[in-house]
Amino acid sequence: MAKIRFSKKEFEKYHKIDSKLLERISMFGTPVDEFEDELEIEIFPNRPDLISLNGFMRGFNAFLEKEKGMRKYKLNSPEKNFKVQIDKSVEKVRPFTACAIVKGLKFDDSKIKELMDLQEKLHVTLGRNRKKVAIGVYPLEKMALPIKYEARSPDKIRFVPLESETEMDGMQIIQQHPKGKEYAHLLKGKSVFPIFVDGNKKILSMPPIINSNETGKVDEKTKEVFVECSGNDFETLKKALNIVVTTLSDLGGKIFQMELDYSGKEEITPNFEPEKIKISLENVNKLLGLELKEKDLEKLLPKMGYDYAKGIVSIPPWRTDILHEVDITEDIAIAYGYDDLIPEIPSVSTIGEESKESVVKSKISEILSGLGLIEISSLHLIKHEELRNMKQKESEAVQLMDSKTDYKVLRNSLMIPALRTLFENKNNEYPQKIFEIGNIFVPGRSIMEESRLLIACIPSNFTELKQMLDYLMKMLDIEYEIKDSPVISMIDGRTAQVIVNKKEIGFIGEVNPEILDNWNLKQPLAVIEISLDEIFEKFK
Amino acid sequence: MALKEDLSNTIQSLSPIEREIIPFLNLKTAGDIARQGKFDPTKVKRALEFLSNKNILTIKLIPQKTVVFGSNGFNYKKNGLPERKLLDIISKHKKISLENAKGLAGLNDQEFSISLGILKRRLMIDLEKDIIILKANENDISKRFMEEDFLNFIPLDFSKLTPEQKFALDRLIRRKDIVKVEDFNEFSFELTDLGNTLMKNQDKVRKASDMVEALTPEILQSGKWKGKQFRKYDLQTNVPKIHGGRKHFVNQSIEYAKKIWTDLGFKEMGGPMADSSFWIFDALFTPQDHPARDMQDTFFIKDTSMDLPDKKIVSRVKEAHEKGIAGSRGWNYSWTEKEAEKAVLRTHTTGLSVRTLATLKEKDIPAKYFAMGKVFRNETVDWSHAFEFYQTEGIVVDPNANLRNLLGYLKEFYKKMGIDKIRFRPSYFPYTEPSVEVEVFHPEKKIWVELGGAGIFRPEITAPLLGKPIPVLAWGQGFDRIIMDFYKIKDLRDMYANDLKDLRTKRFWIK
Repeated sequence: MAKIRFSKKEFEKYHKIDSKLLERISMFGTPVDEFEDELEIEIFPNRPDLISLNGFMRGFNAFLEKEKGMRKYKLNSPEKNFKVQIDKSVEKVRPFTACAIVKGLKFDDSKIKELMDLQEKLHVTLGRNRKKVAIGVYPLEKMALPIKYEARSPDKIRFVPLESETEMDGMQIIQQHPKGKEYAHLLKGKSVFPIFVDGNKKILSMPPIINSNETGKVDEKTKEVFVECSGNDFETLKKALNIVVTTLSDLGGKIFQMELDYSGKEEITPNFEPEKIKISLENVNKLLGLELKEKDLEKLLPKMGYDYAKGIVSIPPWRTDILHEVDITEDIAIAYGYDDLIPEIPSVSTIGEESKESVVKSKISEILSGLGLIEISSLHLIKHEELRNMKQKESEAVQLMDSKTDYKVLRNSLMIPALRTLFENKNNEYPQKIFEIGNIFVPGRSIMEESRLLIACIPSNFTELKQMLDYLMKMLDIEYEIKDSPVISMIDGRTAQVIVNKKEIGFIGEVNPEILDNWNLKQPLAVIEISLDEIFEKFK
Repeated sequence: MALKEDLSNTIQSLSPIEREIIPFLNLKTAGDIARQGKFDPTKVKRALEFLSNKNILTIKLIPQKTVVFGSNGFNYKKNGLPERKLLDIISKHKKISLENAKGLAGLNDQEFSISLGILKRRLMIDLEKDIIILKANENDISKRFMEEDFLNFIPLDFSKLTPEQKFALDRLIRRKDIVKVEDFNEFSFELTDLGNTLMKNQDKVRKASDMVEALTPEILQSGKWKGKQFRKYDLQTNVPKIHGGRKHFVNQSIEYAKKIWTDLGFKEMGGPMADSSFWIFDALFTPQDHPARDMQDTFFIKDTSMDLPDKKIVSRVKEAHEKGIAGSRGWNYSWTEKEAEKAVLRTHTTGLSVRTLATLKEKDIPAKYFAMGKVFRNETVDWSHAFEFYQTEGIVVDPNANLRNLLGYLKEFYKKMGIDKIRFRPSYFPYTEPSVEVEVFHPEKKIWVELGGAGIFRPEITAPLLGKPIPVLAWGQGFDRIIMDFYKIKDLRDMYANDLKDLRTKRFWIK
């Protein structure tokens, strides 16, 4: 998701900002926040074509019916040497590129900024951090045509990269240059790195990492640019190219196509021939719950930048998100106005029902509340040191790969959060009688998840807890036995297994003072922890 | 106001201790009453507080200083000051060695040296080498020391000390723990009009002394209560706090939400929190290179890969991603099982919805399901961020379901939750089309705040799971914000902090 900031001054060249307009922006599917000098507009990943101010206005003006249907761009045929030869060597590393030339540009600070912002945001979103798409824009004046896209071993690549003063080879760039280090993972393990080379055999760039310092930077003197998008998926590259060059055209440029020579197979990019998709009025009405007419589609589709005639929708060549008729159906709903859709519950008869597990859990907490116990609700994640407090090894619990907090482990018992709770409540009134019903996670080849009940009372003893267990089981009409058995972290001879249907479902007993010490608890603690699975069974 | 009526009511509400101290109310302070009536001072204070509640008197706390005994002082008063003990021994022997005198007088080093100094200064003894010689005459010896008189009058009001007493205090206070000056509040009071009337009607108070106090089984069995009046209680008085057992407030609110869904005809669905990427992402048509599948946002589980469901479902999901299904173009990339087997903590409860879809048969449709469950995001924690929170999930599987129905269910749910002012705006999720964001109007900040996402599942999701594309209305809405609003909780961390004081006193969820 991209949040784009537009200066209000620039924005107001198109529309006056007031509360009505802000609402329209939200209802266009782009939530907006207002700041002092800027608007922050959220562009969802399905609409990278809205990222630049010009791109946004192209869509939004149509939505407001200031412009009708698809914006048309003049596309000029390739001139002499507007060629890119794609060498077979790139196939294993970064096989595709889509390229164009734009002439007649007049850059100033704000236009350069718009282009750079667009490039950066496209890298992050559509480009998946340059993995899928990397975009390069080069001043044509400083280079010679035609262009070659090839791959070489890193030691055979030498140029001065942007933001550097010295010549580096391919390996030095990914090891030493800040951008190189940031994106090194994209070339990891590759024996050759891709490069663009100009007609004078000068290296223009090493995508997706960095451009050359000499030819890789657009400034106010630049009138003509060469644009390339490189990556693995040609279709996406063509769309990305269309977004960039149409923005350059909106900034005043003339777009020229280039001939791409893929080892004999020729492609010409960019190509603005719209894709066409059939749409059924019936399907649209059924999905939206509306009664639109053909006439309505003729009005609504152009509001979202489409051309439409007789059941056929022409998709703007910069739209990347149309996979299915439903994608267009949503745009029809947006054009119709979500705020004009009347909510309605249909009269379909179905029987509502809580799950048995929920019913049983709810009854157990009712029974225990009646005994004066307070239910706690704790987090499913615990800390490493909390496992150590229980004298457990890391391998006894499920570990997360990465966590932004100290909570890096899934709880394998409810006792850990309960002990934490008691520790954190040391200054509150005693006695403290708590219970929790929740899931725990046991590691294994797959992960076993289990619903459990925990009761903890402090100060307390075995007798009090056994009274509670007796009462609970009686209320649930479940027969149980207890069997003397040592449990780690509990006092031997005061701890027993709880057995239902001949299966051990948990334990009851007094907690070992050594464990109490680890949690800095100074009063006797007794607990019950049992699995609820056997108990659910009984009620199924 | 009829003073007379007040009076009789008041008399009937007097407890025994209150009645006992009424004859002493002509005095000015609690201390005076305790002394004169030989009452326990704490009891007197409590009785005065009760009387004040009954508007018989007003209590005034006057800051005071009093001279009281230190730890040695009370002992010296009883057994004599050390210098007296020493003088007694010396006067008996006339001449005595230091060592003997100390032993016979039973003094410790410190007491002995101080006492010796005092007697010397008063010229009552003389010292020649190690021998003490008596100098004082009979008359001097029999005369009580100023300090001895002083100790007899302790406790003393500091403000009322005579010059002589001040002098004695000055001497004693320098010595170890004999006397000290304490600050305290003199508990004094003044009678109100009602109190003055009461004092004039003490006979009535006496007559009313035969009232029934606490009802006991004995009184009930013997019938002694018959013909007697019951003493009236002070009903306004504060009573000690108690608290009861209860469900956690979050669970109370969740039960309420469950009831809304079941009332609307939804069945509850369940499923794991630790799940495969397949159900959390792939079955939801989220491409394998989608940023949501990044470790930045999602908790992945170490060293664990999950089993995939049956081959038919897996191959259809693969097809939907790679080439598209049911008229879709797909994402056009190479889908791998390895990526789908990665274990994650569910980032949304929508995994439960697709799991449920995969179990449905033709005859089960139309069907409506809901879930209330925790979801997990790899977030840092602060007042507005948490790594786990609740979502309320729902699906409606119905060939005739449409977008307006989706808005209908959501509007009804929020209405029952007490939230009337909501709006729907376009949004985006990889698995729904159209997609909707539900927003609530924040009356103070005057902005729309997101509640959660909803939409109609894309055919790329329903076709692989249901066998054909059937519209499925779906939503997964954050629930914690609603609970926070109800309980006026400002910090997300307070939701699962389990502060027992807070849990014991928090109001019940009632809507």
